[in-house]
Amino acid sequence: MASEIKEGTLDLINHLPILQVITPMLIAPILVVLNNKTLSWLLSFLGALACLFISVLLIQTVSDGSTLTYSLGGWAPPIGIEYRIDAANSILLFLISIISVIVLIFSYSSLHVEIPEEKHTLFYACFLLCLTGLLGVVATADIFNVFVFLEISSLSTYVLVAQGSYLDRRALSASFNYLIMGTIGATFFVIGIGYIYMATGSLNMMDIAERVSELGDSRTVQAGFAFIVVGMGLKLAMVPLHVWLPNAYTFAPTVVTCFLAATATKVALYVLIRFVFSVFNYEDSFVNELFFFLIMPLAIIAMIAASVIAIFKQNLKKMFAYSSLAQIGYMLLGLSLVSEKGLASSLVHMVNHGFTKAALFMSLGAFMLNTKNVYINSLQGLGRSMPFTSAAFVIGGLSLIGVPGTAGFISKWLLLEAALGSGYWLVAVLIIVSSLFAVIYIWKIIEVLYFSESSESYSEVNVLTLTPIWILSFFCIFLGINTSLTVEVANMAAEILFK
Amino acid sequence: MDINLDFIYGHLPYWLFIILMLSGLFIVVSRGNLIKKIVGLNIFQTSVFMFYISIGKITGGTAPILLDKSYSNSDVAYSNPLPHVLILTAIVVGIATTSLGLALIIKIREEYDTVEEDDIQKMDEKDLMTYNKKNVLEFKS
Amino acid sequence: MKHHLILKVITKFMVGVIVLFGLYVQFHGDYSPGGGFQAGVIISAAFILYGIVMGLKNVQKVMPVWFAQKAAAVGVLVYALTGVFSLIFGFEFLNYHAISPEHPKHGQHYGIILVELGVGITVSFVMIAIYYSFAGRTPRLDDKEW
Repeated sequence: MASEIKEGTLDLINHLPILQVITPMLIAPILVVLNNKTLSWLLSFLGALACLFISVLLIQTVSDGSTLTYSLGGWAPPIGIEYRIDAANSILLFLISIISVIVLIFSYSSLHVEIPEEKHTLFYACFLLCLTGLLGVVATADIFNVFVFLEISSLSTYVLVAQGSYLDRRALSASFNYLIMGTIGATFFVIGIGYIYMATGSLNMMDIAERVSELGDSRTVQAGFAFIVVGMGLKLAMVPLHVWLPNAYTFAPTVVTCFLAATATKVALYVLIRFVFSVFNYEDSFVNELFFFLIMPLAIIAMIAASVIAIFKQNLKKMFAYSSLAQIGYMLLGLSLVSEKGLASSLVHMVNHGFTKAALFMSLGAFMLNTKNVYINSLQGLGRSMPFTSAAFVIGGLSLIGVPGTAGFISKWLLLEAALGSGYWLVAVLIIVSSLFAVIYIWKIIEVLYFSESSESYSEVNVLTLTPIWILSFFCIFLGINTSLTVEVANMAAEILFK
Repeated sequence: MDINLDFIYGHLPYWLFIILMLSGLFIVVSRGNLIKKIVGLNIFQTSVFMFYISIGKITGGTAPILLDKSYSNSDVAYSNPLPHVLILTAIVVGIATTSLGLALIIKIREEYDTVEEDDIQKMDEKDLMTYNKKNVLEFKS
Repeated sequence: MKHHLILKVITKFMVGVIVLFGLYVQFHGDYSPGGGFQAGVIISAAFILYGIVMGLKNVQKVMPVWFAQKAAAVGVLVYALTGVFSLIFGFEFLNYHAISPEHPKHGQHYGIILVELGVGITVSFVMIAIYYSFAGRTPRLDDKEW
């Protein structure tokens, strides 16, 4: 508990939950004040590294199943804002921090192509604020605080997406649509919080959970839950509410696309998970029916339809944006099984897909540095002239399909197991069908990369650009072989959430 | 038919909240003009602010400023200040969203010379066709 | 706005009053209605009024664009560093007791003033920056087209 913090001693270990969130928040205004391009990259990189370090410390602290709580301003939890780190969110904190570090390495050599130099400082400040928001959403245990951080991250995301307008003006309308949809989503979320507050009189997750179970079948709580599901559905691009995602991912700068695809939707999904399991009673028939009759069919539609659409897209960024929708379908499916295994598979898939999709988008970004566009036929023969990038791309693609030995295999296997364990064999078949569609679109690209003649010859991108791509590809394989980090922590997290 | 007037009257703030919320949402969905969309979004958000403020109302409650320093006077009922504080935050978020939306509209107008969604979509489709033909996305730098 | 002599004179008079009232709201925010948000908006209203009446160029002589941007960031820093201050002294983030451990009530008082100061600075300069960025773009419409 918070009282364990000894007053008057400088002991930063106790303050890790808050340091995780405020480190990037502190650096962002400093960047604006200093207003120096190189320095701002360096500072944001160091900040992200610090975040990564903190998240590793946190994951070590909570990996034995314990929880770390931190009360902001010294106000004890039900009244004050509480930060609560357990296995479920420590794994996401780690994902967000490490992706931000890798993306920042990549941005050093690629950003100047996509964004005019004078905007770099503000870009990095925005990026750090987005990072703050995402980390804050995950770390906090106060439902209104979730909304505030969600909006910090969303607002900076809109700005980041709009930066793509330097290359393509469609980024502006994509960003605007995202803003409208995102704000509607956030407002629905606030209405949901309002209903919960009306029914329970509390904003602390643990406190609400207790009071909700006392209330029993309350229409107010159910209405609040419905609003929250719709609001988060908008933010995480659940299928009928996904229209903002493909354009936003396509026209945003590569750096932003990488970061968003790997983290933003996952954080919204995490919020949904947290609400279902830590705030509401998942055994409640209302929640169960909602998952069975609404979320599971939608998740399956996403898996199949988005994969099919992805096959026909010529713009590769758009192709992978649709593939992201399908992958979100997998995660929602795991969640909608409402079983411990399903939830664990969902959490593992969040991490694995984060690395996979970041690797794919980043290697696309590297191709784009040379070819100047992301259409499929401009990649002809790049497998020979850019061997390292292409190899990394192939590894990412294999992981997306779920070939044994890669990260994607582990999470899809867990999902299959969970689906079969719950007796949904038809769902299991559909998961495999959807993976087969992924084979088609990945193969289309591999074919163009390796089996067609190139009209122009390009040289390989420099080492600094290759490093982050290969770090991500390494993780795609590493997490497929060594599953102790992801699967064990996810199982622990699922156990905690199902308590 | 027996209409429970007491129920309707007793929940007046909620009816207003629902009417405002739905009209705001309707404007966002139905209007093609981007500025009108932002206006609709604002109405939508404002309805939520009203909803929160009505939650905080306590019958006979005064403004939540401590009148009695000794904390002992329990006769005085205060309205709940927490929803007000939450909404102050939400208003600030709303301002940020609105100004960002308007800034995007200005940029869109500079690039497309229109703020009508349909026109923008048509121009995008035209762009896409030329892009497909050339299949090259020129870098400005 | 060449002819509006009355507006100009009144504006010159009002700007000071508005800023003064803003400061009043700012520093009484801890024990009466008010605080950083409201004060920030009021103070920025003074500058925006000046800008509307006297023209953007004139107000930017007083308050350059770069200053507004950086000052907004400094406001956030004031807020965050207040929190970090208590961290350094071993208290929780934003625990105002750290400012005056012997008299926790005084600490609360100073803490809220510091935080509200940060909020006030940020809000006022952000509002001014928003005004600048909108007003700085000349519309392509002629007056007749309105």
